[in-house]
This record gives sequence, C-alpha cells and structure tokens, in this order.
Amino acid sequence: MQMNRRKALATAAAFGALLVAGLLRPVAAFAAWNKGAFGAKSAGDALKGLGVANAEPSAAIVIEAPQIAENGAVVPIEVMSNIPGTTALAVLIEKNPFPLAGRFEFMEGALPFVKLNVKMGETSDVRVIATAGGKHFVATKEVKVTIGGCGG
Amino acid sequence: MRATLGAGFTDVRVLMSHAMETGQRKDASGKVIPLHFIQNVTAKLNGKTVIEGEVSQAVSRNPVFSFRLKGGQKGDKLELSWLDNTGVTNKTDGTIA
Repeated sequence: MQMNRRKALATAAAFGALLVAGLLRPVAAFAAWNKGAFGAKSAGDALKGLGVANAEPSAAIVIEAPQIAENGAVVPIEVMSNIPGTTALAVLIEKNPFPLAGRFEFMEGALPFVKLNVKMGETSDVRVIATAGGKHFVATKEVKVTIGGCGG
Repeated sequence: MRATLGAGFTDVRVLMSHAMETGQRKDASGKVIPLHFIQNVTAKLNGKTVIEGEVSQAVSRNPVFSFRLKGGQKGDKLELSWLDNTGVTNKTDGTIA
C-alpha cells in the first residue's frame, strides 16, 4: 500500500512536470528571438548578429518615413522591397540605444512589405536590410526628430 | 484587425494592445519601469504561417502593424499572434473582407 502510494505520488509529480512543460510549449511556437542582434548597441554589431555582411546598396528598397518626426515616440515607417525573391526585411534605427527595431520574414503568400511605428531617441538614419536569395541589400533614409521618444 | 482586398494584394492592419516599455523610463518615484515588450509576431493565412516577425522595445506603445498578402480571397481566415518578453501571448482572428 505504502509503495503504491509512493508510486502514485511519483507519477503525479512526473505528470505535473509534463503539464508545466506543456504550458511552456506555446513559447516554442514562435521563432527564437535573436537576443544577440536585438541586444547589440551599434548597428554594426546588430548586423553581425543577423549574419549580414557586404550588404549592397539598392534603390529597389523603398522606405517611407517622415523627413521630420515631431514626436519621436511614434514614427511611422513603411518598408517595401522590389527586389525579386525578397524573404526578409530588417529595420535598424542607427542612433537608438539598441538599433535593431525589427526583422520580418516573408513566406509564400506574403509580400515583402511592413509598416510599423517606432520610437526614435534622436535624429537618425533608418537603415533597412533586405535579404533575397541569400544576398543582402541595404537602403537608408534620415528621419529628423524634434522630441525624442525613448526617455521618461 | 482589418483585412481588405486591395489592388493585387490583401492589406492587413492589426493593433496590439501593449505597453512596449523600453526599460529606460522612470515612474513618479524615480524607479525604472522594467523592460516589457512584444518580441515575436506571427501572421497566419488559413492556418499557414506567412510572416514571422521579431521586434524590439523600439516599437511604439500599442503597436500597429500593416502587412500585405498576395492571393488572399474574401472570407480567408487570418490569425495574428504575439509573444512578449515575459512569456505572455495573445492572438487576434480575422477574416478578409
């Protein structure tokens, strides 16, 4: 009886552990967040973290952003790539404390386009990297910020 | 979420309610408000993943994302989900109109 009870307890504990593991599983449904690239404090290090080297300047990357942003807390940035076979777009705000703002992967069924609002601490170049066929392309656009959006 | 058929593509716009704290702001007592931001964003069309995004705390509070899908049809099902740095996740469903 005593043994059975122990066995039952052990089983319950194991089951509990499985449940916990199960509860944590939704996290695994998302791709791993690139801590190295997003934690980088310079655009160069962020690009290293993304594995981007020798990006070739391209006029086929379209960046729509205000020339002057009055409110750095909400700067609308629209990015599109006309490079055939573009599979990913990364947006970097060069002078932000952590330059990499986002990276998007486009699978079959999606166009290489994204629009998002970002915070900008100060006037900075916005650099966009497009990846197509294993090659990287780059375009930049300067956004002047009159009131920064990062501090309190 | 709003998804409408446009000229040759489906325009998807989604709002996510989130504080997107940068970890640099201080509250009234001078204490730093901890980092709290969405890290992953996934878009699915009829159950198939079409966009996988990773973002940083630089994305503005209550993020609004716009995406474009090709080949979408009226009534197609869309699912947008996110995961933040504290493990909280949320999901919005929509239909192409």
